[in-house]
Amino acid sequence: MNAPVVQSDLNPNRKVNVWEDPAATPYVRIEGVSKYFDKFVAVDNVSLNIYRGELFCLLGGSGCGKTTLLRMLAGFESPTMGKIFIDGIDMHGIAPYARPVNMMFQSYALFPHMTVEQNVGFGLKMEHRAASEIADRVAAMLKLVKLEQFTKRKPHQLSGGQRQRVALARALIKQPKLLLLDEPLGALDKKLREHTQFELVNLQEQLGVTFVVVTHDQEEAMTLSSRIGVMDHGRIVQIDIPKNIYEFPNNKFVAEFIGSVNLFAGSLVEDESDHVRIACDELERTLLVDHGISVVSNIQVGAQVWAALRPEKIHMTLDQPTTTENWTQGVVQDVAYMGDSSVYLIRIASGKVLRVTRLNVSRHAHPVTWNQNVYLHWDSSSLVVVSA
Amino acid sequence: MPSKLSMVNLLRAGLTYMGLRGRTAVIAIPYIWLLLFFLIPFVIVLKISFSESQISMPPYQPLVQWVGNQWSDIRLHLNVGNFLYLGEDSLYLRAVINSIKVAAISTLLTLLIGYPVAYSIARAKVTIRPVLLMLVILPFWTSFLLRVYAWIGILKNNGLINNFLMWSGIIHQPIVMLQTDSAIYLGIVYSYLPFMIMPLYANLEKMDLTLLEAAADLGCKPFKAFTSITLPLSMPGIRAGCMLVFIPAVGEYVIPSLLGPPESLMIGKVLWTEFFNNRAWPVASAVAIALLLLLVLPIVYLQRTQDRQVDSA
Repeated sequence: MNAPVVQSDLNPNRKVNVWEDPAATPYVRIEGVSKYFDKFVAVDNVSLNIYRGELFCLLGGSGCGKTTLLRMLAGFESPTMGKIFIDGIDMHGIAPYARPVNMMFQSYALFPHMTVEQNVGFGLKMEHRAASEIADRVAAMLKLVKLEQFTKRKPHQLSGGQRQRVALARALIKQPKLLLLDEPLGALDKKLREHTQFELVNLQEQLGVTFVVVTHDQEEAMTLSSRIGVMDHGRIVQIDIPKNIYEFPNNKFVAEFIGSVNLFAGSLVEDESDHVRIACDELERTLLVDHGISVVSNIQVGAQVWAALRPEKIHMTLDQPTTTENWTQGVVQDVAYMGDSSVYLIRIASGKVLRVTRLNVSRHAHPVTWNQNVYLHWDSSSLVVVSA
Repeated sequence: MPSKLSMVNLLRAGLTYMGLRGRTAVIAIPYIWLLLFFLIPFVIVLKISFSESQISMPPYQPLVQWVGNQWSDIRLHLNVGNFLYLGEDSLYLRAVINSIKVAAISTLLTLLIGYPVAYSIARAKVTIRPVLLMLVILPFWTSFLLRVYAWIGILKNNGLINNFLMWSGIIHQPIVMLQTDSAIYLGIVYSYLPFMIMPLYANLEKMDLTLLEAAADLGCKPFKAFTSITLPLSMPGIRAGCMLVFIPAVGEYVIPSLLGPPESLMIGKVLWTEFFNNRAWPVASAVAIALLLLLVLPIVYLQRTQDRQVDSA
């Protein structure tokens, strides 16, 4: 939950993000791509631009179409409709072995009858490179992924983390311009995963390869990516940098899928350019949001909307807040101690249960405990209005 | 008559008496089976191979004989002459070599035909795979002998093929197909094909197809992917299938005698002749034992070293 967010927009070397530069030409252009399996729509009219040097994450639950989209980039599936361009070339009818992309498979798909060396060198062997060149490049690549001492082993003699690195080395050896990664860290345990996340980011910056990563793990997506495309039911529902995906989700699905969130259903009672007010049946007071909702278009006064509020943005006090808006009170129903933070479930008057997280800054126990009356308040800037 | 339950109890009591628990008993069943129906007959054959021929019933001298009433009167007639005789007469060596040749070529042909069949079944839709497998096994519903006889009807001079070719005017003289070496190959390949397809199918069916995608992704064209990924990974299936075809094909008797030329020299036929025509049981047994040593032991050794290679790899 508290994974550090690598924000490429804070990178001092990069003045303008490449996807914000209108003059930039995308490296991968997906234009209105759909994929049907019989009647089932796996990917539904997706359009997407990915730029050179990006680390783009496709994030979504299982069956949302993210893997199908990735497989279409690799050439294992062909789009039912739409077009895919890589480096300006229409990929229609181009076989996987002829594409300038390499993929790292979820299962790693290492060749079980070949040694680590042979696995990594396979791509070069297919290019009919000289044996000495293959040996040199394989050695360099294995050094990069820190597997020098395992060259003669077979995949089944390696640990999960080592296999993952072999798979990565094998996919990188041909120096592809575009690397596709299908749940690259899925099979690793938590500690190793966190470690590998940073290694991947470093490697990507070092080699300047464009990465497209498919994952269902929001933490992974947050840590890795320059931008995230959130997918649901075959559609892309939001594309943005990790921070904006979390702080400014543009619909209810994204808000709920990324992190945890308190959602208030209500109707819009006031809609000004600098603030909006939402009347919510579950709260005694109206919600004041200090920014307009121009992000969500076509919403007028009286419309049903949702207000999203992250648990860590709720302040919990024992004294009644002095403000007139954006507060409520309730009883502590449950406390979950997570180590670095604690999660409180607060039942408010309407019966709705709100989730509040607080960092355990002090080592001593919190004064807040079960069945205690607490006041909750939040800043008007913390609320986000999202469409259903 | 005791009820079933009391029988089970009795058996259990008996096993406990012998110090055996249920699990040991279950494992013991296949061992007892092998002991009774493989090892004991083998020992009998081995015994006969060391005895001397004589005109009697049975037609060999007992290995162990008591000439008196005392322990010292025991006489052991151990005769290695039968084995020496196999070396003296080149007939046996020629028969073995020819049998191995025929079996090896047939195994290769079976592999060449069986592999594509197994491959296409393994890659067929899951729903039609059982049907295709059923079709492979279907011939087993008819007696093996009948099926070989049916080939006589197809191959003979006025058989199906020749009649059709003559009727359609392609040929005017029947082609001699029956009682040729080719007919032996045809018969063996036809009869043993399912034994090749089954282990190959079992192997190919469980292959991880993402490996082929990974190969393609690394720039490998389909045919190269087959030779560098699918083929090496299917080696255990190929080996199993080849064993299942080669071993029985070496000793095959029915097919060469029904479809092959009368003079065809195959060890199975030699064995039959020695045993039934010449009533030379000891020599026939020696042939059987020699064949076993010649074939099975190297194969077992090969298998073991390959297993060890897989383990240590």
